Amino acid sequence: MTNKTVPVADEPVETAPSAPDNTTATAQATDAAPASEEVPRAGSSSLGGAGDSSIGERLKVLGGTWWARYSVRAISVLVLIGLWHLASVNDFRLLLNFENVPRPGVVGAVLLDLLSSDIFYRHVGASVERVAIAFGLATISGIALGVFMGRNRFVEDVFSPYVEIFRPIPAVAWIPLAILMLPTEQSSIIFITFLGAFFPIVLNTMHGVDQTPKDLVRAARALGASSTSILIHVVLPAALPSIVAGMAIGMGIAWFSLLAGEIISGQYGIGYFTWSSYSLVQYPQIIVGMVTIGLLGTLSTLLVRYGARPFLRWQR
Amino acid sequence: MRIGNLWAFGEGPSRKKSAPGGTLAGRPEAGRVQISDVSIEFNTNGRRNLAVDGANLEIEPGEFICLLGPSGCGKSTLMNAVAGFVAPTAGRVEVDGKRVRGPGPERGMVFQQHSLFPWKSVRKNVAFGPRMAGHSRTESDSIARTFLGMVGLSAYGNHFPAQLSGGMQQRVGIARALANYPDVLLMDEPFGALDAQTRAMMQQNLVDLRQEFHTTIVFVTHDIEEAVFLADRIIVMSASPGRLIKDIRVDIPHPRTHEVVTEPRFVELKKQCLDLIRAETTRAFEQQGQSV
Repeated sequence: MTNKTVPVADEPVETAPSAPDNTTATAQATDAAPASEEVPRAGSSSLGGAGDSSIGERLKVLGGTWWARYSVRAISVLVLIGLWHLASVNDFRLLLNFENVPRPGVVGAVLLDLLSSDIFYRHVGASVERVAIAFGLATISGIALGVFMGRNRFVEDVFSPYVEIFRPIPAVAWIPLAILMLPTEQSSIIFITFLGAFFPIVLNTMHGVDQTPKDLVRAARALGASSTSILIHVVLPAALPSIVAGMAIGMGIAWFSLLAGEIISGQYGIGYFTWSSYSLVQYPQIIVGMVTIGLLGTLSTLLVRYGARPFLRWQR
Repeated sequence: MRIGNLWAFGEGPSRKKSAPGGTLAGRPEAGRVQISDVSIEFNTNGRRNLAVDGANLEIEPGEFICLLGPSGCGKSTLMNAVAGFVAPTAGRVEVDGKRVRGPGPERGMVFQQHSLFPWKSVRKNVAFGPRMAGHSRTESDSIARTFLGMVGLSAYGNHFPAQLSGGMQQRVGIARALANYPDVLLMDEPFGALDAQTRAMMQQNLVDLRQEFHTTIVFVTHDIEEAVFLADRIIVMSASPGRLIKDIRVDIPHPRTHEVVTEPRFVELKKQCLDLIRAETTRAFEQQGQSV
């Protein structure tokens, strides 16, 4: 299946002659597909996950390959930087005011400068540590509560009002109470971050558990499985795709919430760094801080998704 | 498809659930099913719906029974009562003298489709029952290998179910149910979702497996030819309310092959079932017309 996508990368002309082969391949697919399964899997990691044969097929139809698509993405980023440069050089002012926005070149220089300083890593480290603790706690407690709520109607009725009412409250609104209720600044920030990650994980776990196919539970019971075994072997695996989606959303909101907490209080952290740069009139640092937040959020979400991949190989 | 060597148990695991005589079939005198005055009622939107009405049936150990009837006649419901998924409103179901109060591993179940655990490899699916019965991981894997070999899927142990065709998935489902050494095997339209060729192959497959397994089989189907081809006895059911209306003994010798379908006796039995079902369907249809 993969060798179909490879020639297309260099010679799009090859597409037409190879098409009849596809049809014969699908005709035999019932027995042949499992045997060829190892091949696309090996390819997928080198292509950064985009090498799934089905995705490969779709890209071929779109007339592009994965590297072509990533080139487009890279160019898109470069165009934005170019526009930003032009706008700040020319002091663009129409709705958006670029007079006080530093140029990309200046920001880049500051970034390089910061990358060789200890203080920048201390800020990043502090934020990563808070997110890691808060997200870890949210994952454990969120999955536990979500499973109970999904499995037991009484537990669901007891907890769902809290989930429904607390979930829409933004992280910023929690700050005063978090400071009043928790002993240290660090713990208040972690608490706020935790709340951000917690609710999506609870809701997605609950939904996933609720969606467990009844037939699979019946099959397990007919095979002699106990309730605990059904939970471990049927309910949790069935809910896993939904749980992972909840964790990925939770990770994004965790960063969002962390920043809110760090802006108000804290001595270190990328949010503190960004906000204090504004107070200190260090405008390039603001942009460095923002980009760092964006990158950290993206990377950690990817980490969740890719970390879960080995457990979701059965999904195709 | 080829049946593996069914008797190569020298290297196989020792059974915890013992089988006197050492046959795969389980205990020769086990698997007697007694259905006494079973009625099953459902409440649908406040309306009471009698799915099974006063069913009486005795199934001998090792018998292959087909529950045949039009869709919605309650044949699956009756089977689910034997499986223990549905509690009868009245009457009782007993397997080997023990009243059925819930699902259990001595009654294996093969579902219509999509009942394999998609996140488990084919081998782990088959090994699940033995694991639950307390066998070690290695023992369970070894049992799974044996049964996968029996349904001709030794080469697919490490695949995920989604990587197999529908027919192969059902073979895994059968291997999984058999790996628990059940006394009764309950099959709920197991080949209903397969294409005609695969279905014919699966039926032949089951007939061949039958030569080695003397487990009692209750097989639900609405396909008359399938019932006549497979069964020792066909129980014809009527729709609304679901009643057992005819007990037909299929006196065609085993082992059967698909050539049998053109034989006069086969055609005769098929016609008998067809007439019964047609009369029932018409009756149910007219009844529905009146009640509306």
